Amino acid sequence: MGTHPRPRLAGSAELAWETMHKTDHSDWPPPNLADYAAACGGFSWEAARAALAGLPGGGLNIAFEAVDRHLTDGLADKVAIRWLAKDLTHRDITYRELAALTSRFAHLLERLGVARGERVFSLLGRVPELYTAALGTLKAGRVFSPLFSAFGPEPVRSRMEIGDARVLVTSASLYRRKVAPWRDSLPGLAHVLLTDAAGDDLPAGTLSLAEALAECPDSGGLADTKPEDMALLHFTSGTTGLPKGAVHVHEAVVVHRLTGLLALDLHQDDIYWCTADPGWVTGTSYGIIAPLVLGATMVVDEAEMDPARWLMILECQQVTVWYTAPTAIRMLMKIADQEHPGIVQDTDLSHLRFLASVGEPLNPEAVVWSCDVIGLAFHDNWWQTETGGIMIANCRSLPIKPGSMGRPLPGIEAAIVERDPATGEVTVIDKPDTPGQLALRPGWPSMFRGYINEPERYAKCFAGGWYLSGDLARRDADGYFWFLGRADDMIKSAGHLIGPFEVESALMEHDAVAEAAAIGIPEPTAGEIVKALVALRPGFAADESLRRSLLAHARKRLGPAVAPREIDFRANLPKTRSGKIMRRLLRARELGLPEGDISTLESDER
Amino acid sequence: MTSHMTRDEMTAIVREELTNVAPDLADETIPIDADLREEFDLDSMDFLNWITALHKRLGVDIPELDYPQLTSLGAAADYLLRATDRTKSS
Repeated sequence: MGTHPRPRLAGSAELAWETMHKTDHSDWPPPNLADYAAACGGFSWEAARAALAGLPGGGLNIAFEAVDRHLTDGLADKVAIRWLAKDLTHRDITYRELAALTSRFAHLLERLGVARGERVFSLLGRVPELYTAALGTLKAGRVFSPLFSAFGPEPVRSRMEIGDARVLVTSASLYRRKVAPWRDSLPGLAHVLLTDAAGDDLPAGTLSLAEALAECPDSGGLADTKPEDMALLHFTSGTTGLPKGAVHVHEAVVVHRLTGLLALDLHQDDIYWCTADPGWVTGTSYGIIAPLVLGATMVVDEAEMDPARWLMILECQQVTVWYTAPTAIRMLMKIADQEHPGIVQDTDLSHLRFLASVGEPLNPEAVVWSCDVIGLAFHDNWWQTETGGIMIANCRSLPIKPGSMGRPLPGIEAAIVERDPATGEVTVIDKPDTPGQLALRPGWPSMFRGYINEPERYAKCFAGGWYLSGDLARRDADGYFWFLGRADDMIKSAGHLIGPFEVESALMEHDAVAEAAAIGIPEPTAGEIVKALVALRPGFAADESLRRSLLAHARKRLGPAVAPREIDFRANLPKTRSGKIMRRLLRARELGLPEGDISTLESDER
Repeated sequence: MTSHMTRDEMTAIVREELTNVAPDLADETIPIDADLREEFDLDSMDFLNWITALHKRLGVDIPELDYPQLTSLGAAADYLLRATDRTKSS
């Protein structure tokens, strides 16, 4: 990295960050995307599809592309997954072993009587069984839906109910704490497979995964899936109503492979580490599928984020491509800077070639920090659960504008649009630097094919021939996109999208609560944290003891990742004439921002 | 206020600040050597908030690189007792 850009004063008092031009290293493999304009101009999805192996008898299967095809391309005995346990012991799983493990799992689903297309859920930490369950389910033509293990019982239950879970793979402890209490309310949940219990230790109604797998053959089990067959169900939160299950199909692997190449610059010889948990879409698309399809070796760390441990892993595993999130980068920024590089300077990071970030906009300070302290810039990129893969990215061969999400990848048409609230008509905004909604032209293979059982909510995402992302952004004159905020009330905390309705519903269950509103307020490390404003029923006193009782209730129901970190009391929450709580107004007041249009305000905050 | 504190007293403070951050643990029995993040569903933000609260309450600097030492109530109490000793003697 040749330059060390510093903010400079633009025309107004606004700080602008200098564009970073990169110097290539002669000892690096050439970038997969060397000429952006040529790649965009000559792009065709047909060519991208043709790069996949396809099933021997026709059809397409993600697990075949990720695992079994490597049995015949010389990579069979290469390490596919290097799994690091919490105590840092490691287990290597080769492509050949992964093919056998996933075949066993595929046969197990068949033996259990799980039908094609039915849903297999996981509620697991990052243990090897998570990866074999994911790929085994895909291999069998069943649908995989990973849940984040830090969810509380309620987010777990609601997602499994909406997704009509037939099988759950989990651990004994997670089952006891988060599933057993409500198991009887989901009669469709036929099988619970536990990763760490066997024999007499098994709770009633559960099976030992290891015992069940031991009886299954270690080859075959591959289903003849078609490109449009449902493969993955990823849940995302809504502003109103329950979580939405975004449906992805086997053809999504076209985009996983292509974006792994172009946005992450993955090469077959790479040691790649995606720190995202597969409970979120990044951890599946780029923490399981893309690196394996491309034949790389991927590192999986079972432990939670710990800056010193992470630096040690980057050094010891000789990681070359690292995909992580702004919250983690900001934690690293606390332990080292250019004047005091300390532990970062003492760590050998010379194997690193490409750094990427996703989850929320990466602040320009973090891009500059990584240049100064690590010697490489972080490349921010943008996508959503619904898009299935990276859509807009800072690529290795293009200059970085710190704070920007980059430019649309080849094959992706992105625009800033404006929707007329009265007619619903969508107009493209061509004038640079004009705020509007970020929209994508439908048709890329990893686009979601529906929200499960909710065709109306799905239809609402499209208008005038565009997919409307719900994110507000602008595009500058050079074609770089800049995130501005959400068009709705969604909260983005530590890179995770949290729906206010889910938080409010849990609070409303508490006897003391008459009404509740959840909003996101800025926090330096997580970006935003969830804050709840609560109005009480008559007879309840707004005191510290009740605040703690509400926090405790919300945490028990939702888990720490979704529950509010702060709760304040109000006598009344501002509402519209139709009784809708005005979260946007509450947030503006909380942050001292302009209140905007309050013409619909009927009953104000007290 | 931190002088002559016993391990039990320090553990009580550590526990109190933890249940301020995670009030859902207030009626739980937390074994003194139980791994908090592992067994009690604390996430990174909870952990940071807890450490910030301990820093404010005790006036002890807890460098980020020392965070992994505060895995349990007992380990946190021991760390903070050592740290308060250092503060006094310097």
